[in-house]
Amino acid sequence: MATKDIYYVPEGSKWPIFGSFALFVLFIGGALLFNGNANAHTVLYIGVALVAYMFVGWFNDVIGESRSGKYSQQVDVSFRMGMGWFIFSEVMFFAAFFGALYYARMFSIPWLGGLGSGTATHEFLWSAFEAAWPLSVTPDPTNFDQPKDVIPAFGVPAINTLILLTSGVTVTIAHWALKANKRSTLNLWLAATVILGFVFVYFQAEEYAHAYGDLNLKLSSGIYGSTFYMLTGFHGFHVTMGAVMLLVILLRSFKGHFSKKDHFAFEAVAWYWHFVDVVWLGLFIFVYWV
Amino acid sequence: MSTVAHEHDHHHAPSGLKRWIFSTNHKDIGTLYLIFSLMMFFIGGAMAMIIRAELFQPGLQFVDPQFYNSMVTVHALIMIFGAVMPAGVGLANWMIPLMIGAPDMALPRMNNMSFWILPFGFALLISTLFMNGGGPAGGWTMYPPLVLQLGDAFPFLIFTVHILGVSSIMGAINIIATVFNMRAPGMTLMKMPLFVWTWVITAFLLIASLPVLAGAVTMLLTDKYFGTSFFSAAGGGDPVLFQHIFWFFGHPEVYILALPAFGIISTIIPTFSRKPLFGYASMVYATASIAILSFFVWAHHMFTVGMPIKGELFFMYATMLISVPTGVKVFNWMATMWRGAMTFETPMLFSIAFVILFTIGGFSGLMLGITPVDFQYHDTYFVVAHFHYVLLTGAVFALMAAVYYWLPKWTGYMYDEKLGKIHFWLSTIAANVLFFPQHFLGLAGMPRRIPDYNIQFADFNMISSIGGFAYGLSQLLFVYIVIKCALGGKKAKAQAWEGAKGLEWTVPSPAPFHTFETPPKLTKAMLEH
Repeated sequence: MATKDIYYVPEGSKWPIFGSFALFVLFIGGALLFNGNANAHTVLYIGVALVAYMFVGWFNDVIGESRSGKYSQQVDVSFRMGMGWFIFSEVMFFAAFFGALYYARMFSIPWLGGLGSGTATHEFLWSAFEAAWPLSVTPDPTNFDQPKDVIPAFGVPAINTLILLTSGVTVTIAHWALKANKRSTLNLWLAATVILGFVFVYFQAEEYAHAYGDLNLKLSSGIYGSTFYMLTGFHGFHVTMGAVMLLVILLRSFKGHFSKKDHFAFEAVAWYWHFVDVVWLGLFIFVYWV
Repeated sequence: MSTVAHEHDHHHAPSGLKRWIFSTNHKDIGTLYLIFSLMMFFIGGAMAMIIRAELFQPGLQFVDPQFYNSMVTVHALIMIFGAVMPAGVGLANWMIPLMIGAPDMALPRMNNMSFWILPFGFALLISTLFMNGGGPAGGWTMYPPLVLQLGDAFPFLIFTVHILGVSSIMGAINIIATVFNMRAPGMTLMKMPLFVWTWVITAFLLIASLPVLAGAVTMLLTDKYFGTSFFSAAGGGDPVLFQHIFWFFGHPEVYILALPAFGIISTIIPTFSRKPLFGYASMVYATASIAILSFFVWAHHMFTVGMPIKGELFFMYATMLISVPTGVKVFNWMATMWRGAMTFETPMLFSIAFVILFTIGGFSGLMLGITPVDFQYHDTYFVVAHFHYVLLTGAVFALMAAVYYWLPKWTGYMYDEKLGKIHFWLSTIAANVLFFPQHFLGLAGMPRRIPDYNIQFADFNMISSIGGFAYGLSQLLFVYIVIKCALGGKKAKAQAWEGAKGLEWTVPSPAPFHTFETPPKLTKAMLEH
């Protein structure tokens, strides 16, 4: 095929500018929502719809090009590098929130409690405050929702850890099956991975309801609630996205896409899935456990 | 959408608006970036003119303090994210594929999205100036709790940062994939032009630091609207935490602005010295060292905030360490010129000015990096003078040099050398009149980010403002020179400069719409640098 010899440079596409505009509408909608604008929801929903349409349309083009054999080995490497470094940027995004967690535990709470150079801070701000983690009584006890308890590590979070780790295994079995060209095994284990992904999300949602409703642990419960929900929330969002991506891959697999040699999309989603898995291990250890 | 391949339609450019908005061509996208950057340079520059007009004399003359503060804030955001960064990415787009013998960027559609996000992002930012409560006025660093007092503009500011981050990260991924996957056979890593090296290292800085900024501003958003207490001591958080996270992004960001400039200078000085770059390998290692060190020095921006003494010392010594690789670079540039057959065309003039003036900015940076003395300089005009030497007579001068250097390749015509030299001298003299007195103002104690000042600072402020207006006006000449060059003039040869090395000079001027569709066969001479 001619295009195998030269690098495939696509012709002009409407999706990039469409996507930029979609993001623009989405963010305007979000900002208006925070400002209490009456039309905010409409704008936001239009933005979400446009972004979703952009993803569907753009991926449709790319899948079509891939199926018609336009992508050479070299194009495949570009995609791999793109996905790899995208995941790295996600790692750095989570690093900001892990950094906030470590800073609160190592510095701000001990200092507010009077440790080290925080003696004067403690004395003159909230002298009754006692440093502790999990932080159940905030330095200023008014204006914050004081939690009754926090989620113990060895309950649902431990089960969720098992679920995610298992899903990492099932997606790998699916990958082996794909490489051995065993299509029904591939579909079976990939479907299992999708189900495990959504089960994880379901358990997380249940756990949130319990924490918010029964334990009074909220975003507004001081730094513990802030870091807890920010880290688990963004992780849950990424798992949901990952599960949707897995679902797309599963449907493509049903349609007979991917060959034993040529299945970058499958691997990209698998990488992403392993990434959310590893982030979860970090969460399980540092947010729930120690 | 047609999925039929049109391999042979690729050779001529599509016409009309579609060529630009649907583009997948690295040269067209590079041009879009550069034009956008120039527009932002003038919008941000207009804000600087308002600032200098207000500071021309003590007392409040033209604008109210709130608006003045939003000018200071938005000027910085526009110049950093709208002018200097996009200009760098525009140059990367245009030149990297040409320099490494690639047909285009690795991911051409994503490349177009990286660009088109920018106009929408800056529409968000600039719209904030007209909102209830005014535009962002707490400084571009967005420190809480001050920034949380912003009115309707607040969520727009946060989302501007997010959307620009998306653009930069996609651009950076594209550059990395291009450089590591698209080099012509024989173009090994240590044969790459230094501009390519500095850009790929910059791309790593972007990918590692911008998501952290996105996280930081997300926490600001939840602190304001969801009751979290990341930056509130009452809830167990700490406003200083924001500064740590922000500057973990912010210091690498400084090198995101500076490293491509180093690459430009390392390309131009050898050309007009007619000598190979002195110490190529050491330049590569120095660039990488600067990039790595940039992640371990962030707290030198916050020495006076109240940190344990061990932290202050660590960050002071780590900061001092950066002057070693930076020194390597400066001495290599000097050694490249040493006994060279030098000529002084406009790009070379800007490059030599860069070496001298950037070094002045580097030295004032060293002063600021010393913890005990920083307690005096912190938040004074000395800091303003320092980073404008680094960013204006540093980064912007290098970008100007790059435009003059590659304009013949882009347009096919030589620019007007006489006007170019006039532009250089006007810019250089004006920039020094503008920023040099600010060192004295700062050392004498004038704080930054204020619309009014004590009478004792009047003379130097007036001199500085005159320099500012002169600098601003001189840039109109730059626009004239660029437009004149684009429209015609002396025809440029493929090799526009006698001493120039590199693949970009082996293709015709102007560079055709598609170049290196099949990888070029590289000879030993083509790989010299």
